[in-house]
Amino acid sequence: MSDTIIKFDQVVKRFGALTVLDHLDFNVQRGEKVTIIGPSGSGKSTVLRILMTLESISEGVVSVDGEPLWHEQKDGKLVKASEAHLRKMRVQLGMVFQQFNLFPHMSVLRNITEGPVKVLGLSKQDARERAEELLEMVGLANQAQKYPHQLSGGQQQRVGIARALAMRPKVMLFDEPTSALDPELVGEVLNVIAALAEEHDLTMLLVTHEMRFAREVSDRVCFFDKGKIKEQGTPEELFTDPKEERTREFLKAVLDG
Amino acid sequence: MLFGFEWDTSNDLVFAVSILPILLRGMIVTIEATFLGFFVALILGLIFAALKAAPLKIISWPAGLVTEFIRDTPLLIQLFFLYYVLPEYGLVFPAFLTGALALGLQYSAYTAEVYRAGIEAIAKGQHEAARALNFTSLRTFTHVVLPQAVPRIVPAMGNYLVSIMKDVPVLSVVTVLEMLNVAQIVGDRTFNYLVPLSMVGGLYMIMTLVASSGVRWLDQTLPKRGLSLK
Ligand SMILES: Nc1ncnc2c1ncn2[C@@H]1O[C@H](COP(=O)(O)OP(=O)(O)O)[C@@H](O)[C@H]1O
Ligand SMILES: [Mg+2]
Repeated sequence: MSDTIIKFDQVVKRFGALTVLDHLDFNVQRGEKVTIIGPSGSGKSTVLRILMTLESISEGVVSVDGEPLWHEQKDGKLVKASEAHLRKMRVQLGMVFQQFNLFPHMSVLRNITEGPVKVLGLSKQDARERAEELLEMVGLANQAQKYPHQLSGGQQQRVGIARALAMRPKVMLFDEPTSALDPELVGEVLNVIAALAEEHDLTMLLVTHEMRFAREVSDRVCFFDKGKIKEQGTPEELFTDPKEERTREFLKAVLDG
Repeated sequence: MLFGFEWDTSNDLVFAVSILPILLRGMIVTIEATFLGFFVALILGLIFAALKAAPLKIISWPAGLVTEFIRDTPLLIQLFFLYYVLPEYGLVFPAFLTGALALGLQYSAYTAEVYRAGIEAIAKGQHEAARALNFTSLRTFTHVVLPQAVPRIVPAMGNYLVSIMKDVPVLSVVTVLEMLNVAQIVGDRTFNYLVPLSMVGGLYMIMTLVASSGVRWLDQTLPKRGLSLK
């Protein structure tokens, strides 16, 4: 049964004269764990940022769970999405940033509960209980009262994951979640993401350079090059038997480096 | 009011002691004008900063023009404008209030810049995280941007507080009895300007030093990472 939750249909994204996504077609099934790999500047982050509505699109249609993200129906026509439409759509997605982007003036607990209380309308008590469960899950029980600067990078990123999950998104977007971390802290964050990948219903889109990890957790790996998917397949197919010369070059460079 | 009695100017020290009470009263007026003007500058400046940052040009452009005009013209023009022009439209305020408003208006053009710089210094990632969590723009501003901007803008705002204090004597031209005006009246009556003016200088120095150290204390006390939200 095919149940598409994310659909990029001939999507073009330009920054001025620079075309970053070039008529991209890209689908993700509900519950699928997809890893995006590719050289720097190939448009990986842009795909996630468009989904998180941090970046608009120039052409084409992006749909989330069957509904256009950057457009809405008005008088029978597809028009540019209003902020109200974006707000409605955004609740389906959560994002984990390379630089964590925690709120430095809020405690760990407040970082996680602010959205559920102020956006979703949960009671403080409920939000707090949810936050404590999530902190437990990411291995940070008892750190709720600390401030971000009192935590290591790995701990901060795990708070970032808990904060995004607290909004109960259908789709989680991870943009190089371990790239800003010291090597010895990468493992603890990947372990949390791997545990999340066990969740059947959660759709995950992960941009990473951790090839071994991508191989373990993904259902599918997409190799991006120049704003298009150059090659995709199961981790087995893509890592052991890449068809495209570009893919082979890229994998060789990453695995050697 | 205070100037009905005679002062003995034969001895500087006795003279100084005898005029100290009325100079201190003038000083209170100066302090009141300073804080009221500063308060107005903080509020108006924030409004100007928000308007100038508005995405719509028909909002941001006039706001930019008004602040530019204010910045490019002397305080005295603003003051005369409020003092002489507004009453023609039926808006009559006491001289003190008019003066404090003029100070606040003048400095709002500067505080708007301080706000702008403080707000722009907030990392892009903070806005993106707020958006990803579906915060409204207003909530992002009040709960994410402003608490982090405040500690950064305190030193610059403190400098403007001191500048406002030093500009208060301008209000004497519209009859506000601030400290320098009092000293001048005393001088006019006694033909001794040296003592009252020196005293005003000394009192000003004390006020400036106190204000500056207060600002420094605040700067060191506020958490650098932003006002913490409990
Ligand atoms: N806001 C922007 N303005 C201009 N160019 C941008 C902007 N964001 C990204 N780009 C450019 O778009 C290209 C793709 O960026 P990105 O999606 O971040 O690549 P990746 O994540 O694959 O490294 C890069 O060349 C980048 O410089
Ligand atoms: Mg990137």
